[in-house]
This record gives sequence, C-alpha cells and structure tokens, in this order.
Amino acid sequence: MRQALARRGFDGVTLLLLPAVLFVIALFIYPFFYGLDLSFHPKTGGVGLANYIRFFSDPFLYDTIGKTLMLAVPVTLLNVAFSVPVALRVRLMAKPRLLTTILVIPITLGTVLVAEGMLNYFGPRGWLNRALLEFGLSDAPLHLIHNYWGVFLSLVITGFPFTFLLTLSYVTGIDPALERAGAMLGARAWERFKLIILPLLLPGLAITFCLSFVQAFSVFPSAVLLGAPAGVTRVISVAAYTAAFEEYDYPMASAIAMIMASVQIGIVAALLGAQSLLYRGPAGGGKG
Amino acid sequence: MSLRNFQALRLDAMSRDFGSLNALKGISLTVGRGEFIALLGPSGCGKSTALNCLAGLMPLSSGSIWLDDKRIDTLGPEARGFGMVFQNYALFPHMSVRKNIGFGLRMQNRPKAEIETRVAEAMRLVRLTDQGDKLPGQLSGGQQQRVAIARAIVVEPPLVLMDEPLSNLDAKLRLEMRAEIRRIHASLGCATIYVTHDQDEALSLADRIVVLKDGQTRQIGTPAELYGRPAHPDVAEFMGYRNVLKTKVTLGEDVRVTLGAASLSATPVDVTQPGPAVMAIRPEDLSPRADGPIPAVVQTAEYRGRDFFGVATMQDGTELYFRAEHAVKPGETLHLGADPHRILVYAA
Repeated sequence: MRQALARRGFDGVTLLLLPAVLFVIALFIYPFFYGLDLSFHPKTGGVGLANYIRFFSDPFLYDTIGKTLMLAVPVTLLNVAFSVPVALRVRLMAKPRLLTTILVIPITLGTVLVAEGMLNYFGPRGWLNRALLEFGLSDAPLHLIHNYWGVFLSLVITGFPFTFLLTLSYVTGIDPALERAGAMLGARAWERFKLIILPLLLPGLAITFCLSFVQAFSVFPSAVLLGAPAGVTRVISVAAYTAAFEEYDYPMASAIAMIMASVQIGIVAALLGAQSLLYRGPAGGGKG
Repeated sequence: MSLRNFQALRLDAMSRDFGSLNALKGISLTVGRGEFIALLGPSGCGKSTALNCLAGLMPLSSGSIWLDDKRIDTLGPEARGFGMVFQNYALFPHMSVRKNIGFGLRMQNRPKAEIETRVAEAMRLVRLTDQGDKLPGQLSGGQQQRVAIARAIVVEPPLVLMDEPLSNLDAKLRLEMRAEIRRIHASLGCATIYVTHDQDEALSLADRIVVLKDGQTRQIGTPAELYGRPAHPDVAEFMGYRNVLKTKVTLGEDVRVTLGAASLSATPVDVTQPGPAVMAIRPEDLSPRADGPIPAVVQTAEYRGRDFFGVATMQDGTELYFRAEHAVKPGETLHLGADPHRILVYAA
C-alpha cells in the first residue's frame, strides 16, 4: 500500500500540504460555491435565474461589462506594449536595480494613495493644470480626473509595475546569444526584435496580459475615487458593491460577481487557447 | 557580399579593456584567404574576447581590423557579414532547421527559390537532409551543431568564426565533428578562426595556431612548429610538455642542463648565456633506460594499453612525468633519461 502510494508521488511529506489545502478550501473554494449557490436564490424568494435575468435585462447593469472592458482592455494592452521596450532596455543595463525599484514603487503604495496623489496633481487646481495655465499652454484646465481618463491613468500607474516585472522575467529568459546570432546573420535591431525576440516572448506576453487584465478588470477604488462611478466608469465591481451594500441584496451581488468571473475566465481562456498555437518550447539556443 | 573575395584579414594591435583589466593586449595577425587559424589558450586568456571583437559583438578599446584595405572594426556585426558558430549553438528555437539555416539569406533579401536551393545544398553538406522541418529542440547535440555550422556557412561569409564549437559534445561525437569541420572547411575553403582550449583540436584542424596567454600572443606557428619547438615555456606546457623544470645551463661543446645530480645534453631554444634556465620534456620522451642519468622513485603508474604513464619523484622531491614500455610499480627506483633533441631549454 505504502509503496503503491509512493510510486504515485504520495508519501509522508505529502501530508504537509494538508494545512494549505484546508486553507484554500475554507477561504476560497467554499466561499466561491457559497456565492454561486446564493446567486440562484434571489431576494424575492424561490430558486432560479431571476438575478441573472435581471442583470441582462437592465442596461444600467449589463452596460457595466462593456464599461469595464473599455477600461481594462486598452489599459492592459498599453501596459503590456509599453513594458516590452522598457524590459528589453533594463535587461541590457549593468545595474538595473535603481530603475526597477523606481518602476516598482507604485505597487507598494497601493491604489488609494496613488488616487489621492492624482487628485492633487491632476485636479482642476492641481500642479499640472496650474502650470499649464500659468505658461499659457492651455486656455482651460484639462479634465483628467472624475472621468474615464482619471481611472485609465490610475490603472496605468498602478498596473504597469506588475506588468513590467512579469515581462522582465520573460525577457531575461531569452538567451542573449540568440540576438547575437541574429546580428551575425545580418539582422538589424528591428528584424532581430520582430523575428527572434517577439515570437519567443509572445507566449509569456499572453500570460502577462491575462494576469494584468484580471487585475484591471476588478478595478474598484480608482473607479470610485478618480472616475465617475455613476456614469462612464460605473464598472462591474461598482455594480456589485451597490447591490451588496446599498441595496443589501447579497444574492444579486453574488450573481454580479459570478458574471464578472465568467467574463474574466472567458477572455483568459480565449487568450490561452490562442497561445497554445504559438511556439512554447524553451527560449534557449541549445545545450549549455 | 563584396567582401567575399578578400585576400587578407589583418588585425592590427587589437586591444580590449574591461575597466582596468586588459583582456587583450595588442593582438596582431594576418589571416590569408581560406586559412584555418586556431586561437588556443587556457580559459581567461582572451581568446573568446578576441573572437567577439572580430565578430563586432564587442567594440575594440584600441587597434584596428582590416579586410584588405577596408577598415571593418567600426562596422556593426550585421554589416561585417561574418559567419559565427556559438558555443551553445544559439539556434533559433522557434524556427525549423530549414528556417534557421535560411535566416541569413532571408536577411539579404535573396529570392525565395535561391534560398531554397542554397539551404538544401548546405543541409546536404552537413548531412542533415531529412531533418529540415524539425525544431532545434528535437535534434541531438551533434545535429544541432551541424545546423549551427550550416547556418553560418550558407551565406558564404568571407570569414567563419567558431567559439569552442565542440566543447558541449561528448568525446566520441567531438572526434566525429572535428573530422566534419575539417571536411566542410576543405570543401568550402572559407577562412576560419577557431577558438579552443584543446590543443588536440587545434593541432588537428588548424593551418596555423595562435597561442594566447594573459591577452598576449605567445607564439604563432604551424602545428608542427608548435608541437616540436614551442617558443616559450608557457606554450610548451600547453603543448603537452608536462615536465617544465627549473635548471642551470652550461654552454660548452654541447649545451648541458643539470637536474639534481644529473647532467643532460639538451637543445637550446632561446638560451644565449649560462646560468638559470627552464627546461621542458614531454612525458613520452622521458623513459627508464639502461644509461638513464636521473634516478627517481615511482609514485603512481597508469596503464594505457601499449605503455605506462606515471609520476616519479627525484631525491629533492621534484616530480617527473614519464612513460615506461614495461610495467612499473610504485616504490621502484627508475633511471630516467631523454634524447638531447627532446629536451628544450629556455632562458629563465
């Protein structure tokens, strides 16, 4: 018996997994199924799809999916696209520590602090607008907060470091000898990027996109603090919050959370499916 | 490529510093068309730096590189058009063998039909005709090495650079690929610079060998010259003269060196006056013989099939590497000796 288990990779050490498994079950799996179950028990009574039907028949609710995607997709695309050249440059630096630290600081500050800073900096009486008006560069203050762009900027600032760190790890996984080999064969910098680096980086970028997208999709604090939470940045998490804590309709909030999860899973699954068509082997040039 | 038909590649006092470290100190060398040059030296001697400088992957600190009368050390690697075989092959892992080999031609915007024929020809040359659609990861180490060679030579470069291309292969494959490289060089005739730390490889492949130590040229010569008459004790040590010993030299009717109590007739390389000197003898040339003047006690002996190689110590503790025709036992006292023309003497 013990040998048969050991052959399948179970032994005494496997038991050490138990606390972690219990933790995951108690804090993630159970609440998920609890919420899933709750969403099928509408507040009005009975069991059924009433909450889901309500969500998809009320434009005020189902529009939040589009609004969230309108924020999350462009922000994530921008972050991923921008992180590649920065990561390629950082890789060549002798001492990347300082730059990496500066780029990563926004993660440690947290969304709320960044939002506070942006309110002060980008606000109608903030430094930016005061400077623009003072130097005559603009006639009227730029509206960069309490609208789409406020949330957009905040997601870029807080999301970029995360995207960048992931991209950097994929970029450093590419054997530098490959680029040298390309150069020796006459490929110029752009050709080396397009034909060698990018194809090897794409699978990693797809993963990076998924993780960054999920983060951006669940935007809440900046949508409320920097956006127009009743209008253009009424994202799906705001709708869930409203249902739960303003209408005290937990089943409805659970249903919205489930819809939110399905949209994320749908997009992530589509991307990973597309990724499986790409080359996904090692990014090294051979043995050694 | 207009650079294809060159007569000579000339390195003029090529130097490279890393901060305060001089990795290369003024290497000068002229490589003729079709010549096979080996850069030989222990690790850290600057041979890979020299190759990277030639390739254009590393800028020179001073000096220059010329292809006939065209200065090329200011050009980037992509403009030099040299072929390079990397130590870890550096094949593009996401491209098929055929695409890997055709990459250089594609960068030259050659017509598709021409690329196809030339890639097929290169694949035949390295004997990989059936592997064209595989990815590099599906090939063995030796096959990957052939792809790397084919990729470097298919553009018919004026010069092929090879950076320890066989060091990742096992002993048997290394011998096979060595023969293969010689065959490919013979059939294409493109000048080759080959970096290695293995003197057997250098001796068997090269027309001329450049021995580097501490970033400087120690000797440039044909394999026979280096093997028979190394110009410097460092080169001698590297060419298999394991017995490099301090001695005193006397110049009389013949040149004699002392080793312990023994006095031996020897061949001077660069000794002009008597006094302290350095002598070098290969283990193969130092054997027990009836009139052997050097008494030494055997420490260890290894059986090598036809003969025995061993270490013996003299009375003052000096270790000698020797060869014996017959079995010797540890503890046995031998009388070692060598022919005068096999004992080389250098100025200390």
